[in-house]
Amino acid sequence: MTENEAPHPASVKPYILVFVGLGILTGLTVFLSYLGLPRHTAILLAGLIALTKVTLIATFFMHLRFEKRAFVFLLLVALFFVTVLVASLIKDIGLIH
Amino acid sequence: MEHNSTGIPHGKLGMWIFLSSEIMLFGAFISAYIVLRMGSPNFGVPPEAIMGRPLATINTFVLITSSVTMVLALAAIQRDNTKQFAMFMVLTSLLGMTFLGIKGYEYHHKISEGLTISSGLFGSFYFTLTGLHALHMIGGLIFNAYVLINGLRGKFNSRHYERVEYAGLYWHFVDLVWVILFPVFYLI
Amino acid sequence: MSSSPEHHEPSFIRKYVFSLDHKTIGLQYMFTSLTFLLFGFGLMLLMRWQLAFPGKPIPIIGGLFGDTFAPGGIMLPEFYNQLGAMHGTIMVFLGVVPLGVGFYGNYFLPLQIGAGDMAFPRLNMMSYWIYFMGGVLMLSSFLMPGGAAQSGWTSYPPLSVIAPPGQTMWLISMTFIITSSLFGSINFIVTTVNMRAPGLNWMRLPVFVWAQFITAILLLFAFPVLQAGAILQLLDRVAGTSFYLPAGLVVSGTLLNRAGGGSALLYQHLFWFLAHPEVYVLILPAMGIVAEILATNTRKPLFGYKTIVRSIMFLGVLSFVVWAHHMFLSGMKTSLARIFMVTTMVISIPSVAILSCYVFSLWGASIRFRVPMLFALAFLPLFGIGGLTGLPLGFLPTDIYLHDTYYVIGHFHYVVVTGSLIALMGGIYHWFPKIFGRSMNEFWGKVHFWGTVVCMNGIFFPMFIQGLAGMQRRLYDPTVQAHNATTQILSPFQLLAAVSLLVFQFPFIINLFVSLFKGQKTVENPWEATTLEWACPSPPPHGNFLSLPQVNRGPYEYSVPGMKKDWSAQNE
Repeated sequence: MTENEAPHPASVKPYILVFVGLGILTGLTVFLSYLGLPRHTAILLAGLIALTKVTLIATFFMHLRFEKRAFVFLLLVALFFVTVLVASLIKDIGLIH
Repeated sequence: MEHNSTGIPHGKLGMWIFLSSEIMLFGAFISAYIVLRMGSPNFGVPPEAIMGRPLATINTFVLITSSVTMVLALAAIQRDNTKQFAMFMVLTSLLGMTFLGIKGYEYHHKISEGLTISSGLFGSFYFTLTGLHALHMIGGLIFNAYVLINGLRGKFNSRHYERVEYAGLYWHFVDLVWVILFPVFYLI
Repeated sequence: MSSSPEHHEPSFIRKYVFSLDHKTIGLQYMFTSLTFLLFGFGLMLLMRWQLAFPGKPIPIIGGLFGDTFAPGGIMLPEFYNQLGAMHGTIMVFLGVVPLGVGFYGNYFLPLQIGAGDMAFPRLNMMSYWIYFMGGVLMLSSFLMPGGAAQSGWTSYPPLSVIAPPGQTMWLISMTFIITSSLFGSINFIVTTVNMRAPGLNWMRLPVFVWAQFITAILLLFAFPVLQAGAILQLLDRVAGTSFYLPAGLVVSGTLLNRAGGGSALLYQHLFWFLAHPEVYVLILPAMGIVAEILATNTRKPLFGYKTIVRSIMFLGVLSFVVWAHHMFLSGMKTSLARIFMVTTMVISIPSVAILSCYVFSLWGASIRFRVPMLFALAFLPLFGIGGLTGLPLGFLPTDIYLHDTYYVIGHFHYVVVTGSLIALMGGIYHWFPKIFGRSMNEFWGKVHFWGTVVCMNGIFFPMFIQGLAGMQRRLYDPTVQAHNATTQILSPFQLLAAVSLLVFQFPFIINLFVSLFKGQKTVENPWEATTLEWACPSPPPHGNFLSLPQVNRGPYEYSVPGMKKDWSAQNE
């Protein structure tokens, strides 16, 4: 087995901080959902919060901040293709004439 | 020692590649949801009461916590602390099983209220997507059990912890998918 | 890198059945996929009979099919539809891709990069057996009540949702095939990225390796989307969902008791999102093989290596943004269709670039007209015809007329059969000496070649004429449409060509098996080729190379001025 190349994190503090952050964001997104905001605003805010949480998990728990940039590139490629798919689907089926 | 052109362990590269294919899988399902939610004349969004937002919020916290315990398990074995590693792995698995247990209760409740896989598109997507997610979690629990057992046998230490890391990557990904599914089904 | 010495010989099961060696697994893929190809060919022969002589009893074997499929030997329309759907499915998913990727990729990718095996040998073994199980399940669907899948290889809802149980088996079997493919992709990508020999940087890789690498990436990102689409269809069939079923659907006079609200178009998008990259999966390994054969048998470097590599990459990316050109007549929004028409026109560019580079490679070459080279040379104009006939299909206004006619069938058979399959066959002749340490018979190879090329053209060329004359596809009796009378005369001729094609495969099959045991023994590198797979013994031992190769030059150092030999191995 080859040795791991990424540096070991020095302490667990980042993980705890991210945990607290995720908790706060979860609470925030649930709170916002009770406010009865206009639909597009609700979707936008929920989306932004979800995106932030996803980024936190990927960057800190999955150690993307230490890994070679190629991994981020790989994920962005997948996200690009999903975007192409969803955009085409929305244009074709999602939008009512 | 085997020659490696990039220095990235095979397993880590393989796991990330696998996860990017999972993005495509879940992405396709979520795209289907989005597009039918937007464009279908009868999607059948159920009343708020059936969805049970508070319980699902608790469940989300449960899963996020399990992600933290998972990464703390990795941190522990990276410092040769096998006991702490085992404790955190057990916690992770317990939290994961709790998540599934709550999910099971949720399913039972929704079905008894008339929201089933065939009652309408919302129900269809809800059970399909969360069901697929749950299946992935079960796979994760199995992987974690394998890692825990091998860790207890002394197979991992600060120089060789790769499989713990890969199990962690998979587990975090499953958490990540839930972070997206939760607002999609419960908050929007 | 050689493996540690074995302390004991592995059992027969470990060595030949559940082998972890990429070469054995590759050969498992080869023999299995060739068998599936032959089976799919048989299905086509039955269809050809029905098309040539509609309603006439199938000769000789007509009685074998029983009353459910062909009472009195006369093919039922349902059986014809099963044959059509299964022929396509088997040829694409169980035949050509497992041959081009499962066999060629598995066997030669590690060899060409100087590796001892794949990155994940156990995953590799699982890949094969899951494919095998998927294949068995797929074939078993013929035995289900109502027969096999019969909604086209495309399985469009709503028809596929209300189809007999064979369709459910198709969906389950596809899940196995997709899983096998996913495991394979992960393996190929990690192997190519991580296990290249020292000195083998990206721009020194043989074109074959680039082709396999990009193919693996296409499969990785595209197949999951079809998997999602297939799961939704499966649920529509067995769980009462309506993902693809609009409200108010009436089947045989009865209102379907479903919640409705779904979209049949959704499936088409999810299907073609995979199925378009899939066609590049069908052709790229073949293009890779042609590159290797051309370089070896022209004794000069391939023309435009960088262009070829960049075109393959560009082709890969673009292949994800053209899929809806298969859906121009589906009722999709024309504003979206226009976008896909533009991307489709653009994707022809890298394709033409690659083919042009291959053709230019012949200029000033010292051509060795060995059997593999004959196949590679034939590939060039025939794939050219296939590609060019695709243009009016990708161009929306002309596709309105040509869609779902035999013109389409002619187009894709030219690219896959006279294109891909010709190259895949040529590759067997080219690499047989490496795999088995013996050569195949040249004379019978030439007989196989000429017969195959002539007969293939005999089957497929008339399809362009029939398509332009308006003959529709997936129609079990062309004579029910009066306008088909003019082109019906071509059908018996096509049947003759198809039967002759089968006959001409016998020299190949016999040559293959006889040469396995009695073929003339060859040296390590009988073609005097430069790439790394020729730098190990023939056949390669477990672990392949006696020591880790050190690569010092590019893949096609042929006829380098000033050198004594007309070739220099990559690890020289």
